[in-house]
Amino acid sequence: MSDAIDLLLNTSLWASVLRIATPLIFGVLGALLCERSGVLNLGIEGIMTMGAMSGWLVVYMGAPLLVGLIFAALCGAMMGLLHAILTVPLGLSQHVSGLGITLFASALAYYLYRLLVEVGDLPPTIEAFKPLDFPVLSEFPVLGPILFSQALPTYLALTAVAVMAYVLARTPLGLAIRMTGENPHAVEAQGLNPIRIRIGAVVVGSALMAVGGAFLTTTAFNSFFPGMVQGRGWICIALVVFAGWRPGKALIGAMLFAFFDAFQLRLQTTVEGVPYQLFLMAPYVLSIVALVLVARRAEVPAALMAPYRRGER
Amino acid sequence: MMRLERRSHVPLHLAIIAPLAAILTALLLAAGLIAAADVNPLTAYGEMVNGAFGSRLSIAEMLTRATPLVFTGLAAAVAFRARLWNIGGEGQFFVGALITAWIGHSLEVPGWIGVPILMFAGMAAGAALLAGPAFLRLRFGVDEVVTTLLLNFIVILFVGLMIEGPMRDPLAFGWPSSVPVDGDYRLPDLIPRTRLHIGLLVAIAAAGAVWLILARTVFGAETRAAGLNASAAAFAGISLPQTIMGVALLSGALAGLAGSVEVMGVTAGVTTTMSPGFGYAGIVVAMLAALHPAGVVAAAVFVATVFVGADAMSRATGVPSFIADVIVALCLLTMIVALLFTTYRVRR
Repeated sequence: MSDAIDLLLNTSLWASVLRIATPLIFGVLGALLCERSGVLNLGIEGIMTMGAMSGWLVVYMGAPLLVGLIFAALCGAMMGLLHAILTVPLGLSQHVSGLGITLFASALAYYLYRLLVEVGDLPPTIEAFKPLDFPVLSEFPVLGPILFSQALPTYLALTAVAVMAYVLARTPLGLAIRMTGENPHAVEAQGLNPIRIRIGAVVVGSALMAVGGAFLTTTAFNSFFPGMVQGRGWICIALVVFAGWRPGKALIGAMLFAFFDAFQLRLQTTVEGVPYQLFLMAPYVLSIVALVLVARRAEVPAALMAPYRRGER
Repeated sequence: MMRLERRSHVPLHLAIIAPLAAILTALLLAAGLIAAADVNPLTAYGEMVNGAFGSRLSIAEMLTRATPLVFTGLAAAVAFRARLWNIGGEGQFFVGALITAWIGHSLEVPGWIGVPILMFAGMAAGAALLAGPAFLRLRFGVDEVVTTLLLNFIVILFVGLMIEGPMRDPLAFGWPSSVPVDGDYRLPDLIPRTRLHIGLLVAIAAAGAVWLILARTVFGAETRAAGLNASAAAFAGISLPQTIMGVALLSGALAGLAGSVEVMGVTAGVTTTMSPGFGYAGIVVAMLAALHPAGVVAAAVFVATVFVGADAMSRATGVPSFIADVIVALCLLTMIVALLFTTYRVRR
């Protein structure tokens, strides 16, 4: 027991919380943006895989790391566009289309990786993002190493939360997106085009998801391997519900989740006699528990999963 | 201005053309990726057909692969018809497999009693696993897509725990495996000296049984009504919770049976790698079949052809075998577009 308390007081645990939360923050923001406009995007798991592969690949081929993130975002946007076309103008089942995108994007990522990269005994590696070093600030006791020794993508994720919160809550664009998720007919009556708004939201949301995936291969690890997203996308879908479709709460949810994950990772090495699989199950069990806890009072966007057809009620 | 108008019924010729058109489109799109590997797509597809149908052995191998896909395809079709989004076929497959190996290792009854008992155990385990998410949806309104997906990860970890711990086979070399089912409960071969077992016949019988249930029973009519228009169904006096739970038990049982039959027919013991995504591929099978039980058998054979054929093609041409997953995923996407044209017509 005292071991567990020692762990909680360890700054490296708290620094790793932000690191583990980063891909989730990108993913949950992306999923949240899609859903706020009324489109469930179950393509997330595959889009993150595609982002992880494509971002890593261009860096492996010689591009700078930042270009890797941008390229991952573009690839994610393409997958998002495909999902948007199928579900918004065509009005197909968002569940089935999303799963199709996940299967397709992951398969394509694995295929292209095998095709373009010579894999020996060990997967090839790149020079990953390094923790930034803010002079003075990082010397600050406790908070210094936690907040000011992260890698660049983590700060991008935190910025994205602020931007998303501001845009959704305080700008006409945000109002239009939220209204499209609640009542697309009202949007149409305002002279705006709900179809375009939904397509835009899904494309941008998917780009964010892909950057979350790219974090895994350009920061958390320095190589790509099949199955590395490991259900993080599905966890993000659960986190959106847990966060009540709000960016600020999404950040808290992702951090809370990452905290448990970081904690179980460290418990694995200190507690003996418990099969490690039980610890690895924790994140998934936790996601289900979180869903059950909030399900009753979840304020789901009213038009989520309802396809919009002009002139049809 | 074009608009879509719902057809009152789907003409038979469209119902048959739709999946064929979808498959053709998917193969055309994947041809671009094969060409990117500097291989002539026609050569590659020729190798695939040859790899799945070229010899008695390859046909048997393809049908062996199709067997679990029929079960998981039926599981998805039954659930999707009632708009119960069971994406947990993979997890249900594994619990079915695990319980079969567990009981089948120590059971001491004759084979002809033992095999049905083990199948029933696998079905019960799969049904129980899906009953949880169905209950959470009905009681708390928790979306079953996410819960069934997350359960897949939990179950695979649980399988890992069991086969490295309590169910570990001390005689297995290399990767950990569970203890095998007793030899009395291994399913007999359908074609001698191949891996094909009588599980294929069980799968076809299951498709027939599901067809009967859906087309000829009150429960079948209720599931269809629940899927088409839940509020109208409720208004007509159908108990939605009961129907959804019934669908969940049937769907989970079918996916659990897939795992049970795979253990008794092919692997004997359980490993974490025994399924190359049978549960997920079952969703594609169900959609290609337009959720029809008879179509599921045909679609399972197609998907198995792609997987078995791609392995052979990959060995012959060097195209990565992940092309099979790409083709199957593309089929799902093209099929849902094709289905749009069977249920709607374009009017100007």
